[in-house]
Amino acid sequence: MIVGEQKPISEIKQIVASYNKILILGCGTCVKTCFAGGDDEVAVLASALRLSCRTEGKEIEVEEQTVERQCEDEFIQESARAVGRNEAVLSLACGAGVQAMARRFASMPVLPGVNTTFMGVLEKPGLFTEECSGCGDCTLAVFGGVCPFTRCAKKLINGPCGGSQNGHCEVNSETDCAWHLIIERLKALGQMDNLRIYQPPKNWAASLSSGPRKLIREDHVL
Amino acid sequence: MKTESTGKLQQVLTSGGFAVTSECGPPRGSDPEIIRKKGDLLKGCVDAVNVTDNQTAIVRMSSIAACAHLVAMGIEPVMQMVTRDRNRIALQSDIMGAYSLGINNILCLSGDHQTFGSQPDALNVFDIDSMNLVRTVLTMREQGQDMSGFALKGAPQMFIGAAANPFADPFDYRVIRLAKKIDAGADFIQTQCVYNMERFKAWMNMAREEGLTEKVHILAGVTPMKSEGMAKYMANRVAGMDVPESLIKRMGSVSKQKAPEEGIKICLETIAELRDIKGVHGIHLMAIEWEDVVAQIVSEAGLMPRP
Repeated sequence: MIVGEQKPISEIKQIVASYNKILILGCGTCVKTCFAGGDDEVAVLASALRLSCRTEGKEIEVEEQTVERQCEDEFIQESARAVGRNEAVLSLACGAGVQAMARRFASMPVLPGVNTTFMGVLEKPGLFTEECSGCGDCTLAVFGGVCPFTRCAKKLINGPCGGSQNGHCEVNSETDCAWHLIIERLKALGQMDNLRIYQPPKNWAASLSSGPRKLIREDHVL
Repeated sequence: MKTESTGKLQQVLTSGGFAVTSECGPPRGSDPEIIRKKGDLLKGCVDAVNVTDNQTAIVRMSSIAACAHLVAMGIEPVMQMVTRDRNRIALQSDIMGAYSLGINNILCLSGDHQTFGSQPDALNVFDIDSMNLVRTVLTMREQGQDMSGFALKGAPQMFIGAAANPFADPFDYRVIRLAKKIDAGADFIQTQCVYNMERFKAWMNMAREEGLTEKVHILAGVTPMKSEGMAKYMANRVAGMDVPESLIKRMGSVSKQKAPEEGIKICLETIAELRDIKGVHGIHLMAIEWEDVVAQIVSEAGLMPRP
């Protein structure tokens, strides 16, 4: 899923400072799962914003709504009427959702309320970890299902650096060394020979390095 | 392993000699005198001088420029090159440029992560890794081609080095990684500082069993300690460093004034022991910001005169 984190209320207040009527629009898929922008977060943020503004003597009307996904027009449309009643939209979706909203409502300011952080998994309750950087050329098969491009701070593809100690990364001792995980996994799979294979330089042409990417599925084009 | 001779370091190693290399960190500024002063201290007592590439991710004079200053003084440099700051286009370009300036040794590294440095808000590159860099330099030398397969007009004939850390984890994998670096094209290896001799010997044993010491020249890293504080700092704060408690105690057992002397003594004992290990073809003496002690150590270790 896409993992995000709600911006601090102080920053959100600055972002919406010039508006008196705003719609806080939640997104019911990824950011709901990571507690950044689902309906619960919309309600809590709306109350906090109203209270904070009232304490400071500033008038603000806050409307609340959540759609299933802000990255698809079909769901975005459900917000059209509420959008029309307000001066600005504070979107609690990921960056893709914010941009999809902005594309749909050309004359409406759409403001981000969430910092989109990474593509990851829910490792255990309350802990989300980054696992994929969407490089467009997946080589997980040779690395035992652990991505060194994303999970090694130096993107090393031919083995661990000299700073790996007790299974932890030298950059952050709270982070597992990706290569420790790769080696453990390949051991378990009986594929230790993979470690001896020279991995050639990564082809970054399929990544964001070549500019924003598009995927066209001719069989689904209407 | 490269056979055609291009430099002194290579000559010493390929003729079966025991090599001595040292290190020179470029200044945080443009003053070439600082390089020249360090060069003067090292000239004649080592075969080649490693020039670090923005080590610890702190911005300094470029390794290439500092190497060129040493070349002008008649000192052979080992240009360190990290993959942290440059993509493959810049790396290849700089390798060609470096060779054109008379720099004929390279040490291929990934580099300290920028979060350890003075500008942690920098974007890192890591387009290729250190293993890929080794292979790239080899392909330039042996096939005369860049990474795209283009035939170069004048291929850099670099003597290729890589690093190894026998003290990092997972230990069993360290020799596999060494083998990979040799296959990728490393002619020589410079190791992390040896303080834990037992572990270093175990690593060398594994390397010998795999036949790796026949394929590559291993230069064991040594760093004299100046104080108990330095020993503790390296033990606790430097990633991938293994300083046994007994050595820290030994550094603390003498007065502050006598500590540098004790550090030199430990260093000399280490060098003597390293020379007895089959497959160790030299030492890489890293006297960090203590270059004036190199001549003394090399001389007292009985490694003078240099060829």
